[in-house]
Amino acid sequence: MFAKGKEFLDMYSKVEHFTKELMDENTKLQNQINELMSRRERALSEGTQSNEEGDLARRIEKLKQDKQDILNRYRHVEDENKDFMQRYMEIELENNNLANLYVASYQLHSTLELGEVLEIITEIIINLIGAHTFVILMFNDKHHDLEPVKAEGVPLDAVPSFKMGDGTVGGVAQSRETYYRDSYDRNAPIDFAHPLVCIPLMIKDDVIGVIAVYHLLTQKERLVKVDYDLFSLLAAHAATAIFSAKLYGDSVRKQATIKGFLDLLTH
Amino acid sequence: MSQRILVVEDSPTMRQLISFSLRALPKLKIIEAIDGLDGLKKIQSEAFDLAVIDINMPLMDGLKLINLIRQDPKNKTIPVVIISTEGGAETKKRAEALGVDAYITKPIMAGHVLATIRGLLEKKAGPAG
Repeated sequence: MFAKGKEFLDMYSKVEHFTKELMDENTKLQNQINELMSRRERALSEGTQSNEEGDLARRIEKLKQDKQDILNRYRHVEDENKDFMQRYMEIELENNNLANLYVASYQLHSTLELGEVLEIITEIIINLIGAHTFVILMFNDKHHDLEPVKAEGVPLDAVPSFKMGDGTVGGVAQSRETYYRDSYDRNAPIDFAHPLVCIPLMIKDDVIGVIAVYHLLTQKERLVKVDYDLFSLLAAHAATAIFSAKLYGDSVRKQATIKGFLDLLTH
Repeated sequence: MSQRILVVEDSPTMRQLISFSLRALPKLKIIEAIDGLDGLKKIQSEAFDLAVIDINMPLMDGLKLINLIRQDPKNKTIPVVIISTEGGAETKKRAEALGVDAYITKPIMAGHVLATIRGLLEKKAGPAG
């Protein structure tokens, strides 16, 4: 009985020992599983993060591309704006020039009185071109020379007449070509034969006179595009206006003479 | 209500160019005076929002006209624009002393006249317009 009890105790002790070993082994395995689980989670987590980073990197790349596209478009629009601004300024300038040309043309043909026509030409040259000293010379058929009829900035009687071909003034009347001097010295004394600008007044191919400009207003440093346009306009329109005024004046005088003659006959 | 501008200028070409320059401004009535004396009569008898005045004119020059305008309590603060061939510093100084708001020297460009007068009218009308 005692021996059986001892045998049972030994067996119990062995079972206990075995159970303990089993428990230890189980704990070890559990630890390993836990470690594996956590490694797996870490691995999984790292894998996801890497995907997110990839997505983010791609999005950043796309945003960078979008930003570059927007910048390119912005620069394009900016360039377009600059072009539009430049074009606007050109149109504005052209509009101004046209306004001046329109008014000059309108005024030139607003009267048939020779004195008024000459006054209007003078106003255009002063107010729209900015000339200070200039002379209008008309061709005299009897004397075959250019005689001053209107002067600004100098007394009229100080201006000489010119034969065709004499100096720049006579040369312009002969060649029928506008003359512009390259350099301008506002302090230089007036040389009537050699103006800064000289334009022929033309009716078709005939020169009826010239306009000679010697000095510009103090604030006017040089001629600009609209000045050349105005000179061109004057070359044609001033000549027509002067010619029409002369014809009208002649016809009025002749009409008065004929009327007087008829009155004499009928009374 | 339309704004009224008095243009005192002896040159018909200039009067037309100034009127033509201002055609872009809506509701603007332009009254012209052919010399300084005519200008004085008109500004004394009518109300204006702005005056454009030449300096060299027969009967009464522009600076004398402006001086008389400034002595009139009714027109003491009316904006005045000078358009003149006189580009000298001395004349500009005299104009400044008379309280001239803008000084434009000839030759003139329509756009410059328009921009100057529009700016002064807007300033006179105030921020609310």
